[in-house]
Amino acid sequence: MLSPSAEKLPSSISLSPDEIEKGTSLWKDAWLRLKKNHLALFGGIFILIFFTLCVLGPFFLGEEYRIQRTNLGATSPSLDHWLGTDILGRDMFARILYGGRISLAVGLSATFVSLTIGVTYGAISGFFGGKTDAFMMRLVDILYALPFTIFVILLMVFFGQNIILLFVAIGAVEWLTMARIVRGQILSLRKQEFIEAAHSLGLGTPRIIFRHMIPNILGPVIVYTTLTIPAVMLLEAFLSFLGLGVQAPMSSLGSLIKDGADKMEEFSWLLIFPGFAFALTLFSLNFLGDGLRDALDVRASKD
Amino acid sequence: MRFLYSLSIILFFSVFITGCKNRTTNVEAGIRDQILHLGNGTEPQDLDPHTVTGVPEHHILMALFEGLVTPDPVDLHPVPGVAKNWDISEDGLLYTFHLNKNAKWSNGDPVTAEDFRLSYKRMLTPSLASEYAYMLHYVVGAKEYNLGELTDFNQVGFRAIDPHTFQVTLKQPTPFFLNLLVHPSWWPVHIPTVEKFGGLERKGTQWTRPENLVGNGPFTLKEWKFSQKIIVEKSPTYWDRDQVKLHQIHFYPIESQETEERMFRSGQLHKTNEIPLSKIDVYRRDHPELLHIDPYLGIYFYRINTTIPPLDKPKVRRALALAIDRDSLVTNVLKGGQQSALSFTPPNTAGYIPKAQLKGGSDEARKLLAEAGYPNGEGFPTVELLYNTSESHKIIAEVIQEMWSTNLNIQAELVNQEWKVYLDSQDTLSFQICRAGWIADYVDPHVFLEIFVTDGGNNDTGWSNQEYDSLLEEALAQSDQAKRYEVYQRMEKILMDELPIIPIYVYTRPYLLHPSVKGHYPTKLDNHPYKYIYLEADSSE
Amino acid sequence: MIRYITGRIFQAIPVLLILITVTFFMLRFVPGGPFTAEKAITPEVLRNLEAHYGMDKPLLNQYLSYMGNLLFHGDFGPSFKYSNRTVNEIIAQKLPVSLELGAWSLAVALFLGLSLGILASLKPNSWLDYIPSTISMVGICLPTFVLGPLLVLFCSIKMGWFNASGWFDPIDRVLPALTLGGYYAAYIARLTRGGMREVLSQDFIRTARAKGASETRVILKHSLKGGLLPVVSFLGPAVAGIISGSFVIETIFQVPGLGREFVNSAFNRDYTLVLGTVILYATLIIVFNLLVDIVQVWLNPKLKFE
Repeated sequence: MLSPSAEKLPSSISLSPDEIEKGTSLWKDAWLRLKKNHLALFGGIFILIFFTLCVLGPFFLGEEYRIQRTNLGATSPSLDHWLGTDILGRDMFARILYGGRISLAVGLSATFVSLTIGVTYGAISGFFGGKTDAFMMRLVDILYALPFTIFVILLMVFFGQNIILLFVAIGAVEWLTMARIVRGQILSLRKQEFIEAAHSLGLGTPRIIFRHMIPNILGPVIVYTTLTIPAVMLLEAFLSFLGLGVQAPMSSLGSLIKDGADKMEEFSWLLIFPGFAFALTLFSLNFLGDGLRDALDVRASKD
Repeated sequence: MRFLYSLSIILFFSVFITGCKNRTTNVEAGIRDQILHLGNGTEPQDLDPHTVTGVPEHHILMALFEGLVTPDPVDLHPVPGVAKNWDISEDGLLYTFHLNKNAKWSNGDPVTAEDFRLSYKRMLTPSLASEYAYMLHYVVGAKEYNLGELTDFNQVGFRAIDPHTFQVTLKQPTPFFLNLLVHPSWWPVHIPTVEKFGGLERKGTQWTRPENLVGNGPFTLKEWKFSQKIIVEKSPTYWDRDQVKLHQIHFYPIESQETEERMFRSGQLHKTNEIPLSKIDVYRRDHPELLHIDPYLGIYFYRINTTIPPLDKPKVRRALALAIDRDSLVTNVLKGGQQSALSFTPPNTAGYIPKAQLKGGSDEARKLLAEAGYPNGEGFPTVELLYNTSESHKIIAEVIQEMWSTNLNIQAELVNQEWKVYLDSQDTLSFQICRAGWIADYVDPHVFLEIFVTDGGNNDTGWSNQEYDSLLEEALAQSDQAKRYEVYQRMEKILMDELPIIPIYVYTRPYLLHPSVKGHYPTKLDNHPYKYIYLEADSSE
Repeated sequence: MIRYITGRIFQAIPVLLILITVTFFMLRFVPGGPFTAEKAITPEVLRNLEAHYGMDKPLLNQYLSYMGNLLFHGDFGPSFKYSNRTVNEIIAQKLPVSLELGAWSLAVALFLGLSLGILASLKPNSWLDYIPSTISMVGICLPTFVLGPLLVLFCSIKMGWFNASGWFDPIDRVLPALTLGGYYAAYIARLTRGGMREVLSQDFIRTARAKGASETRVILKHSLKGGLLPVVSFLGPAVAGIISGSFVIETIFQVPGLGREFVNSAFNRDYTLVLGTVILYATLIIVFNLLVDIVQVWLNPKLKFE
């Protein structure tokens, strides 16, 4: 049987005594570990490539995403159109890049927002416990049950249809589960020796929460964050159904997949390619997330 | 723990194996037992012919109730229903119906003239708030009674002369009166039953439940599994029961077209309500015998808000209308056999063929736009094109957006809204251009042309024309068909000159139908009387 | 513990009251009402309809009478859309269906999710990890509206094992439960793996191993409790979501459950039905979050009920 520590770490990681003696910082340490995790590196590189393509691609493709060839209609991949065309004869490659740009932007930033709110809120609630916790968590209960469709429509009535609203709407729901997960973890850490030690050292509350507790719950947080991203991207498709978000002829990965799903038998490429882009993005983010989690593991770094 | 695991695995496989048995499909069993399985859109609001408004409800009610006349299965012209024949006075105002003495309610009671009189009284009672009560407003005093201005129902033009003679007095000749009678708002309800469950003047009572409902149609309500299916069964008391061949009809409320198509393909349905846009071509190629495209009396059009510049200029509206290549839209994109609409009333609506038509191509459109002060689209503001969220509306809007951009060099911004928000925007004129559709309730040009009367509830364009308004009145007073259609031609001309709307295409109704369904004809209103339908295995199979 | 639970039940009262009030007034500010239709109805008919539903009275009166009926008679009022049904009746008919589908899905989700998750956590970054992890990632990338039709196309239309849709025979439960359960299984697997790995690296596990405890014992007895913590937090709202029905699944498989009403009632502006579903969902959320908090204490004896 492998020794516990080796079992836990990616087998490729081994730190030479020198590096440890230099007293590297947590972040530098983490970077070293990450660099040696091939899957994570692959994930990171893919994301970078996809991101670049999505940002730069439209400059080369111009208006291609909206140029229609209605007499051509939906065609399968060819030399002219690498990923085929949709039923209006628009180039799918361009549409996926444009859509990817929006989905990445929405997915990453809305996830970041919900991560920030969720972790902070959950940590505070769990840390203080008691009445504060009860109050904060009941507020979460209320927000969970609020009818989302009505809420979004009302938002649009009062603020019009703009992109900021999209983040508000997504942020409003996506942080809730994160907050509950973080709270659960923090509650279980509260009574551990090292936190009590930190208390007795007279450290301030924010310092205890952010320096001592949160690094210890990064695992579930990172995992749930990577789970939030696909949820957000698909939620965006629902919001565009309500009229919030990007407007046709622009699209997003979520909407492309939703439209493609209804035509999966006739025009399979309309589902497969956006689906593939979606899946590859998620896989990469997951590998990257897992790698980060391993790299940032505070306990592992003390091995 | 291990026990649980093995238990669940055994459970899983046992369910799986029972599924692998060779199963008879609904379609096969249906042909054997004369049971028709239909996809029927959404769950009905209710089954009260006086209060419901939707098409799915209509499909079911047609099996359960019958009016004075019924539609012919082929061309929907009125044929005897509860009334075995009728006389019309010379001036076209007095209709005398002679009721069939064999007409019975499903509990055995005879259907009498008094039933009709009281049903119409109920329909017109203000507190019932029937949305289709206006269908009765052509009768003397009906509108007044409905609005509460008249309280004595005896002054309304309905008379039960004797149990089997019923008279209706109209305000104006209303030449399409008999066509109106096939609409559910003109059907009778069983008064004692309705009274027993909460009274005649309340909507939404329990009388429409399967255990309570008494009807007079060819079928009776057997079962209503909420959100699952509704089963109707052949009525033993129906006067024309020998004509009825089906034993049962099962209506399934299926909201998703894709789900419905898959159910059809796996043999769960004889007929679908609709078919997904992208599947039409596939069926046309592989199974043309299953794909049916019926004409449908309805028009898809864009409303223009005529109160805001630059859309207040008829030339601009005309340019927008002419810059749309309708033929390309229907042949390349929609592919459902739709017709380009060049007038508002669909051609051949009860023999009426509109002469005023949109003529001219994109060159003409550019010229008009230049005349309106926007040569080559310069200085033309971005217009907002509103549609309610749906795949097909989006595609059409995208295509038209491109056509305007290429042909006129003007930019349109697409805005989609959820259904009720969209309706509200349309109603309050909070749009610039918006997508709309209009389906006829009965076959007459009046259905279409009445919309654009000044301040009409469905006008929603801000457009108003006094001549148009007075012509509408004139047409109703005209008893001669040909002369009346002449009036409609003049109205159509005004509409096509001013263009508060942009006609786009005339609807069709594509659906899938199993070849075993016989006696089912393409009709213009998606109206297929069930008493003529039967199932028979295809001899070629 | 009894005191804790009673306390939480008392906390639930203001939560529900606030929620009902906020929802009630929110609904009335949304454009379009229950009677907005494509063919406009006349003002007279609208007035009569509003009178029928008591909407002609001032909003505050309507609110008070709604609350009165709700609190003193448990009456959620009549549905606007399904005019011969009450909201109580709709919920009573549809909730059991959703509960049944939810129970099957939850079984699938827990069985698959926990198995895959635990398996993946045992030997990180080996094939024993990659395979289950990939399966669960594929599950996450396959939204239910893709997985559902795929299952139907293969199992029903190609192989003819099941009905494409419907909820009539016991066998009709299989595909919807697999689709819904599969989706949640993917989440549970990821969270389990994450949680387990966190725990497996802790000192007390090493101690247990060092003491020579068998691997099965280490996992089932020592690690599972801590490793499941994030899963349990996730499960609170997730279970409430699963058993209150899923719009997508119910639409694809024609399941007469409550999930479609959550979405459609909002689109139909069926005010009373929206409120009914919101109250139901809120109650489920409250109950399951309470259960989660109790389970958390059970999983981690250092915690106390506060």
